[in-house]
Amino acid sequence: MPVLSALLCGFIFGAGLVISGMTDTTKVLGFLDVLAIPHGGWDPTLAIVMAAALVVSIPGFWLVKRRTRPVLAHTAAWPTKTAIDRPLVAGAALFGAGWGLAGLCPGPAIANLATLSPLVLAFGAAMIAGMAAHDLWRRRQQSAALLAGADG
Amino acid sequence: MVPFDPVSAAIGGALIGLAATLLMLLTGRIAGIAGILGDLVDLAGGNRVWRLAFVVGLIAAPLALAAAGHALRTPAMPGWPIVVIAGLLVGFGTRLGNGCTSGHGICGIARLSPRSIVATATFMATAMLMVATMRHALL
Repeated sequence: MPVLSALLCGFIFGAGLVISGMTDTTKVLGFLDVLAIPHGGWDPTLAIVMAAALVVSIPGFWLVKRRTRPVLAHTAAWPTKTAIDRPLVAGAALFGAGWGLAGLCPGPAIANLATLSPLVLAFGAAMIAGMAAHDLWRRRQQSAALLAGADG
Repeated sequence: MVPFDPVSAAIGGALIGLAATLLMLLTGRIAGIAGILGDLVDLAGGNRVWRLAFVVGLIAAPLALAAAGHALRTPAMPGWPIVVIAGLLVGFGTRLGNGCTSGHGICGIARLSPRSIVATATFMATAMLMVATMRHALL
């Protein structure tokens, strides 16, 4: 059942991306192009999509939070990190730079794999490589820190 | 280019918010796509089945909509070098910053998390700066 729920939620999420136009990179880049506002060429779609999503998810999450546990699991995996630290800001800054280059963030990138476009597949492969590179780098850092601790 | 369609944007956005709320209500998981994909492909990660199911649903949706008559359009993309650099930045950045447009932008802001609000403001700002540079400064 949890697996079926995840499949259904992924499907609804993907349908939302397609219907809203967020799988279209020209609409995403058209929103990010704020210098086009004075010339009337700006595309406000992404702002409307995000606002509509939050109109549902803000009360939705508030209601879900009042429950003691999820319907199909023992515990809810609410995020626990609260620190506004350097990795958060540096990571978000790098992500934004990549997003602005191609107009694809992870959700639309995965949904667009359905088009089998070679350039989208290349983007997906590079994105996974970037994730793997990060995880490898962080594990090396952690083991180096452990070794340094053992020596001291 | 598809014309601006605020009704479709609002309906699609509401579906995204609904999917995020349902995933939390039913399975207790955050619908952050970078986190779901990252943990799916992480060799040291566990709990892969639901993550794979979510990703399959995400890819199946455009195909199902195409079968129902909604055109499946190949998105406009930059050239190969830019595509690879952009993909690497998005992958590394979302892992380092613990989230993307969905994890921080939708789920995090829905929880009113200051951390996610800062992350969203940051990636919006650098994305806008990048587009301004690519489209207007390099002319």
